[in-house]
Amino acid sequence: MKHSRIVITGVGLTAPNGNSLAEFRRNLLGGVSGISEIDVRYMGRWPAGVCKFDPLKHQKKKDVRIGTRAGSISIYCAREALADAGVSLDGRDKNRAGIYLGITEHGNVETENEIYNISLFKYDTKFWTHHHNPRTVANNPAGEVSLNLGITGPAYTIGAACAAGNMGLIHAAQMLRLGEVDFALGGGVSESIHTFGIFAGFKSQNALAAHADPTKASRPFDKARNGIVISEGGCIYTLERLEEAQARGARIYGEIAGYCVNSDATDYVLPNPERQAECVRRAIAHAGMTVDDIDLVNTHATSTPQGDIQECQAIAAVFRDRKEPPAINNTKSFIGHAMGAAGALELAGNLPSFDDLTVHPTINVDELDPQCDIPGLVINQPRNVKRVDAILNNSFGMLGINSTLIIKRYVA
Amino acid sequence: MTKEDCKKLVVDIIADIAPDEDLSTIKPDVRLRDQLQLDSMDFLDIVMELRKRHGIEVPETDYPQLASLDSCADYLTPKFATKG
Repeated sequence: MKHSRIVITGVGLTAPNGNSLAEFRRNLLGGVSGISEIDVRYMGRWPAGVCKFDPLKHQKKKDVRIGTRAGSISIYCAREALADAGVSLDGRDKNRAGIYLGITEHGNVETENEIYNISLFKYDTKFWTHHHNPRTVANNPAGEVSLNLGITGPAYTIGAACAAGNMGLIHAAQMLRLGEVDFALGGGVSESIHTFGIFAGFKSQNALAAHADPTKASRPFDKARNGIVISEGGCIYTLERLEEAQARGARIYGEIAGYCVNSDATDYVLPNPERQAECVRRAIAHAGMTVDDIDLVNTHATSTPQGDIQECQAIAAVFRDRKEPPAINNTKSFIGHAMGAAGALELAGNLPSFDDLTVHPTINVDELDPQCDIPGLVINQPRNVKRVDAILNNSFGMLGINSTLIIKRYVA
Repeated sequence: MTKEDCKKLVVDIIADIAPDEDLSTIKPDVRLRDQLQLDSMDFLDIVMELRKRHGIEVPETDYPQLASLDSCADYLTPKFATKG
């Protein structure tokens, strides 16, 4: 079966260190972390990634009040992506537009807020808000975008733990290829910093990062790394079939080359490097490529002692026969772990490499962990390279879900 | 509490429920829904805020009493008085 070629034609994002692709990229090349400290309910001060976009740019105050933070992030990113793509939905068939957003989780924030609210009223549930259910249904972020934009096609979320950011793009590409939609918004979002439960859960798991300087807390591959920095964020792309993008003279950021989603089937939490390597290999095969075609690998590594080593093992195994290793970097060192947004944001941070032939580094590596010392790591300073024709983006999540997405340079 | 005081408390709540609305020209004798962008969920918010802020219960059968500022004042002022 011959697949339609699917291309990325617009990017809208909010990250802890940037509210547009240009600002985000500038800070990734400039070594600027977006991590600060926040008050976490019941837990005190912890490093976290906070986004500083203006929700009122695209929403009324009342919609911000009724909706969720994930909804606001999604609306901001979707609107910015449409503007970036130069696409107006006016005049288009809004039944033929789809919204596919990856989420790690949704509803924890709103549920915790309501439990806190009724705690002020002796836990009397008559004070529980009637907004709770529309705020916490799993499709909320995508649904808020459909309300805001008047899109009447399929709009839903894809729950895939921290592999979800890639999944939004993959699913959008699939739906375009199936002919289910003619235009898609795909990506990932997260509001996770507003739930203490995620912080407390990682803390109990001994996997929550702590550092006197919050900008140093997320430090994948560094010997002193001690856990995850939780962040909020979002990144949504406009995706189109190539012929339609060409017909309207769209700017094309890159083309979906291939992907793979698989499962470890081994543990609730612990990753499985064999299955991760298999996911990467299958994505390369799906793209019709070989390991020699991959120029840049953006790792999932979350700055946990064990997880980083295991991903490095997986990548080293896949690329061991390469004479010159691909450039390997990590975006979480700047922005922490943006959960459902992670894969989508991290890909965006690397897309400009097609044009500037520069690989943003992994920062905060003061002493490289020997067990993470794999060929190709770009550490602390950006690296100029001769070729970036294919970017491989890893995102892995709990319950053993792995996603690898490969974007290639668009060549007509 | 006077009826005017009561209206002010209701307007304070509406200001939070409908923060995009201009409440400076609100007409007390006109139905709120006919002059503001308020839907049934917003009225549930008004009922909730009366409960939270002032300990006042409005049973569902009495919701029509909240149609305008004047009717709110007629209905709620005795409740505030009872609450003491």
